[in-house]
Amino acid sequence: MKQLVSLQVNGERHELYVPVHKTLLEVLREELGLTGTKHGCELGECGACTVLVDGEPILSCLTLPVEVQGRDITTVEGLASQGVPHPLQVAFAELNAAQCGYCTPGMLMSAKALLDRTPDPSPDEVREALAGNLCRCTGYVKIVEAVRLAARRQQGDLGTVVDEIERALNEGVVREPGA
Amino acid sequence: MPTNGYDDRKNRTNLGSHLKRETSVIGRPLMKVDAMSKVTGQALYADDIHLPRMAYARMLPSTQPHARIVRVDTSKAEALPGVLAVITGRDLPIKYGILPVSQDETALAVDKVRFVGEPVAAVAAVDEETAERALELIEVEYEPLKPIMSIEEALEETEVRIQEYGHAGNIHKMVSLQFGDVEAGFAEADYVREDLFFYQGNNHLAMEEHSAVAHYSPDGKLTLWSSTQTPHYVHRALAKVLELPPSRIRVIACHPGGGFGGKSDPFHHEICAAKLAMLTGRPVKITLTREEVFYAHRGRHPVLMWVKTGVKKTGEITAMHFRSMLDGGAYGSYGVATTYYTGALQTVTYKIPRYKFEGLRVFTNKPPCGPKRGHGTPQPRFALEVHFDKICEHMGWDPAEWRQRQACEPFSLTANYLRITTIGLRECIEKVVEASGFKEKFRQLPYGRGVGLACSAYLSGANLPIYWNDMPHSGAMVKVDRGGGVTVYCGSTDIGQGSNSVLAYVVAEVLGVRPHDVAVVTADTDLTPVDLGSYSSRVTVMTGNAAIEAAQKVRDLLFRAAADELGAAPEQLEAAGGRIFRRDDPGVGLPFAKVAQLAEARFGTLAAVGSFTPPKTPGRYKGAGVGPSPSYSYTACVVEVDVDPETGWVRVPKVWIAHDIGRAINPILVEGQAEGSVYMGLGEALMEEQVFRRNLHKIPSMLDYKSPTFLETPDIETILVETNDPHGPFGAKEAGQGPLLPVPPALCNAIYDAVGVRIDELPVTPDKILKALERKAKGQEPRVGPDRMPDVEWSEPIYVEPPDLEHDPSLVPATGSS
Repeated sequence: MKQLVSLQVNGERHELYVPVHKTLLEVLREELGLTGTKHGCELGECGACTVLVDGEPILSCLTLPVEVQGRDITTVEGLASQGVPHPLQVAFAELNAAQCGYCTPGMLMSAKALLDRTPDPSPDEVREALAGNLCRCTGYVKIVEAVRLAARRQQGDLGTVVDEIERALNEGVVREPGA
Repeated sequence: MPTNGYDDRKNRTNLGSHLKRETSVIGRPLMKVDAMSKVTGQALYADDIHLPRMAYARMLPSTQPHARIVRVDTSKAEALPGVLAVITGRDLPIKYGILPVSQDETALAVDKVRFVGEPVAAVAAVDEETAERALELIEVEYEPLKPIMSIEEALEETEVRIQEYGHAGNIHKMVSLQFGDVEAGFAEADYVREDLFFYQGNNHLAMEEHSAVAHYSPDGKLTLWSSTQTPHYVHRALAKVLELPPSRIRVIACHPGGGFGGKSDPFHHEICAAKLAMLTGRPVKITLTREEVFYAHRGRHPVLMWVKTGVKKTGEITAMHFRSMLDGGAYGSYGVATTYYTGALQTVTYKIPRYKFEGLRVFTNKPPCGPKRGHGTPQPRFALEVHFDKICEHMGWDPAEWRQRQACEPFSLTANYLRITTIGLRECIEKVVEASGFKEKFRQLPYGRGVGLACSAYLSGANLPIYWNDMPHSGAMVKVDRGGGVTVYCGSTDIGQGSNSVLAYVVAEVLGVRPHDVAVVTADTDLTPVDLGSYSSRVTVMTGNAAIEAAQKVRDLLFRAAADELGAAPEQLEAAGGRIFRRDDPGVGLPFAKVAQLAEARFGTLAAVGSFTPPKTPGRYKGAGVGPSPSYSYTACVVEVDVDPETGWVRVPKVWIAHDIGRAINPILVEGQAEGSVYMGLGEALMEEQVFRRNLHKIPSMLDYKSPTFLETPDIETILVETNDPHGPFGAKEAGQGPLLPVPPALCNAIYDAVGVRIDELPVTPDKILKALERKAKGQEPRVGPDRMPDVEWSEPIYVEPPDLEHDPSLVPATGSS
């Protein structure tokens, strides 16, 4: 059985006719082509499918589109603004917080929700907030560092992100003491 | 330019500065070339591919651990609307396997199933749900056979065989090697100790479930996109099984979402997707579920081990005898190599003048085991380092000082003829002991808290290829564009470790351009020269050397073209900062792009190839092929633990790890490898296990298969030691696997320091600690672990007279490779 659903994703409204049992994850990936959101278990165990709904992280593999009609859904594709990456994205890239990169979109969404409510989290607050997102590559060390770096940059004067990226690719990343 | 606050000289030492020269790219903590695509969701993984008219396929898993297939009826499934094709084992009868000696797999079971979850049939349909429904309509009649689920059962049962080949009965492979008179060594010793250990199997648990998309074009060409670490080997397997010329098959490795060795075999779903694409004329995708990933497996072998070592009062090891028994699961996979690896690297850390190794691998009715990070060496390293801790305890030796004194010599041979080049083991121990305060803490912390030390070595790539041939192991091509852009092409697969970035760095360094101006094209069998794959920690050393050679050839052309303009001989020119200039007068130079145009006008299209073949290995006995490497990395690790004697719960507050990387091409990437290795080693040591109950996988889901989260992962302090290896690109050695090895034994040694019990069996779960504490309270041996090895008639060993283990100046190469 199919149903008409209306989804607001990354600021764009979509009217979709989809089978009622398809998960939000499947609809995002297969109907809307937003393949940045990943799947690792289909059972809400790994956090790879995390997206934001009205700013709160949810597991899109356990969510049906009908539940989130009319609410603001943000995926990793919606993190950048006008082509300028979010400070979290730059910090993750600079500090090698994304190795294989598969957990990264979900990790970024959980981290975004954290920073939106706790602008300057302690390492333990980062660990607590991201504990539902598994990563097999990094040992989590550089992810904690990256979230804290992004937090500090968001609070201070950021400079242009594009310059940060260019410098990190050619000259080396900045790691501040006490990161 | 903003201040670079990253102090990449911190915590690094230099031993072989003779090879070091000024660099502008190498050694910098750069962002990976593909990092931005990964943080924006743009990096393409296999399951992200959606092609027009794409069909979806699913595979039917066996419900039986061991059974003959009497009948498979697919007629009802074929009749279901939306089903495009159904295949069974008869459609793909040709056997394959990663090793030439173990061609024992078929894409779908033919006459027999050998484990629960083994694919029996596959369906392609218009969507995944229709394919799932069709699977339910397939009727399979099985005639059950006796399931064999453990090493002991496999050794006892000789009538019922899982495979029709191998050593005998259910023994797949038996190895027996002896280097010198081990018994004489034990007779000379002042103390001889024997210990038993067991290391449970576990899964890679890569975040991405395996996926493949196949497309068969009307002109008879097959393209497969896959989450593989080894596109070259998949290419070979597809050609064999599908009986297509290799020239008509293109394999593209997408970004694998984590590998760790788990995506190094050719897999059922890859071949089925290809076959179904050929039959339907439509692109076909198969993505495994998490449960299917546990059945595809190829994870860590469970290994039962016995070790006997003799030592003198003065500390020297006189001899070692090591036995291993591997539970291989139902198929060969890499298992023959794994078996050798459980005995190969014992000798490359400390001097062992006489050494005997006996190992065997059995078939069991479980998903096949294969290579996982460290491939067959974390298990014996666990056994060895705990065993040495017990020896040091008995003899009253400081475990750090003893290890430093017994460390192998640089540029020396081992008893089994492995050639050691640089070795930073002593420095690693020194650094890690200092950073952790080990001397102040060891045997001095309050009850419940403890520290443990362990060391290890690992290869920087295997010297021999998986299939015998005398071609290079890695090839690279460098092309220079008129605009000054540079492209490097290489068959290697970036599995997240940063191998694409390493290619960009070494080429940028040689040509004097910025890494961001180097485009990288990899892992595509149509476009890129062969690289054998991302396994055995070979990629940086082998592709790095190949890319350097290609870039140097191009640079030679550029220098020749620039020489006349600059009024100097080509040998007097340098490339750096996007310019080519005179070394004696750096102000006299030309922009890189201008020189590229001069060179293209003079020589034609600017491109060159480079390749790398590992050095010849000194061992000349059967089995000498497993273990040799261009160089070995070394690691020392201290783990601190907090053990609750009431609950048996182990908390790890901090881990210190020092790694001899040769030279860090990008220190931030090396740190990432060390941190990930520590994390994964702790997961294996504390919780991860692939276990079975009543012939079924007990926990085939991510929720039940426990792995460490942010909250269980400790602070990790990484220290890089640089030894500048002459065989490495700019002196580099491996980083991806070695740092995992010392973590489990360091943890167990720390637990002993904390509460005085020995857990000689991984994982160390709280119940084992409580059981050992209970035994201790009752005055019994405070230990949990295996108490015997099954009796086996070992083959007569191949006897080899060992070489002298001292430093041999003739092993030092005259010049470095970079």
